[in-house]
Amino acid sequence: MILDLKKLKLRSVNEKLQNIDRKKNKRDFVISNPEGNHAVCAGLTENIDVTIKGHVGYYCAGMNQNANIIVDGNVGTGVAENMMSGKVHVKGNASQSAGATAHGGTLIIDGDASSRCGISMKGIDIIVKGSVGHMSAFMAQSGNLVVCGDAGEALGDSLYETDIYVKGKVKSLGADCEEKKMSKKHKTKLKELLKKAGSNIKPEQFKRYGSARKLYNFNIDNVSNY
Amino acid sequence: MCGIVGIYLKSKKFEKSLGGMLSKMLVSMESRGPDSAGFAIYKSDKNKIYKYSICLNDMSFEKFKNEIKKKVKLTNVEKNSDHVILKSIEKPNKILPILEDFSTISLVGYGKSIEIFKQVGSPSNVVKKFNLDNFSGTHAIGHTRMATESAITTDGSHPYSTGEDECLVHNGSLSNHNNLRRKLKKNGSKFSSDNDTEVAAGYISDSLKKRNLKQTLNKGLSDLDGFYTFIAGTHSGFAVLRDEIACKPAVIAETKDYVAISSEFQAMAHLPNVNNAKIFEPEPGIVYSWGK
Repeated sequence: MILDLKKLKLRSVNEKLQNIDRKKNKRDFVISNPEGNHAVCAGLTENIDVTIKGHVGYYCAGMNQNANIIVDGNVGTGVAENMMSGKVHVKGNASQSAGATAHGGTLIIDGDASSRCGISMKGIDIIVKGSVGHMSAFMAQSGNLVVCGDAGEALGDSLYETDIYVKGKVKSLGADCEEKKMSKKHKTKLKELLKKAGSNIKPEQFKRYGSARKLYNFNIDNVSNY
Repeated sequence: MCGIVGIYLKSKKFEKSLGGMLSKMLVSMESRGPDSAGFAIYKSDKNKIYKYSICLNDMSFEKFKNEIKKKVKLTNVEKNSDHVILKSIEKPNKILPILEDFSTISLVGYGKSIEIFKQVGSPSNVVKKFNLDNFSGTHAIGHTRMATESAITTDGSHPYSTGEDECLVHNGSLSNHNNLRRKLKKNGSKFSSDNDTEVAAGYISDSLKKRNLKQTLNKGLSDLDGFYTFIAGTHSGFAVLRDEIACKPAVIAETKDYVAISSEFQAMAHLPNVNNAKIFEPEPGIVYSWGK
């Protein structure tokens, strides 16, 4: 079913996709002419397929649950922010804060993601085939961030427990983020993630970064700094 | 918040439709800036005539026309709503003091190619009022304002022009503008408002005396404290700069015919052939420039 945003109001398109009749079999949707609109496909809850033909604005596929959303274009700030489950695949580039605070599901970005990719992520798997900007995985708590290109400044600053895999160069690591050993368990997981994104790159080409866990508790020796 | 937009034409193909392209961009950025709007449009500057863009405020057009004709010979005055474009072969050092004597009007910009129009009200009303759709030109910059640092007035609207054929639009706010304003005033710069962006425009004009635009903006990275996406225009093109932590958004679309920049992609969704454009976000702390 084609939903043309030149003819239909954004709100009515989102309402339609948010209220799928489970008794009917319609599960395939195409959104045409998104023209940079914000919050396209926000708050979907059913296992449906939606393809967005073109570039979208902010918070596309935000809070997604179960839906499989493909964006054939670029996305603005906060794609798949607070996603719970399902899959979001961006074929172009993503702006900042991609996958922010998301609890689950998979976000695949074929191009680059800009700054703060995976900020405060809480369980989502993010695979970026290009590079990510500064402060990516800032305060990330759980899940995996895979970067096939380079990472910008302060990667993984104030990190909790997310695993970060980067193939290219890391401009700098943030506070409490350090390079970690890549064990067999991690290679298996990374291979699985890359496969999900349709990538054949070998896990051995990546480095793993994680939390040094030094910020978990206040170090009394630092008391004079405050 | 605020919305900023700009188009630089790489070929002559769209020169006649430049106003219409910019107008749609401004209107779609209304949600980011409903308080006031303005635009600077550059036309080719082959002749020696200077253009002075003036907001008349409360003064009537007839009165201004009569009085200016007494003081400046060989002038032409064109009315566009509450603005006028005063055209003269007389140089700014002669005209500017004369205009200063008119206490009620505001000079919003001057140069051989630039024309500036700005006013309070929603962007859709402002573009209609000045008939932006009918403008042609080589490049143009626009702004929709959500007022934060100073009052909603014509003087508080963007673009700011503090030098010949120069202008600046800004999304963000500066925290060291009072100190910087004092310093620049000591060097002879003049300011007409309490606005932070006007200080940045003054800073750029002051620096352009010694440096080119790219060098100026690179120096601005250390001298201007705050968050910003700037578009700075000159007679030949414009440059874009985002602060180093990328507080404010910007997206660029480039085709063989034009370069467009805006705060959000939706402002560019209507541009010709935009779906085949190279679309990217300018990286923070890097100066991007087109033209000379």
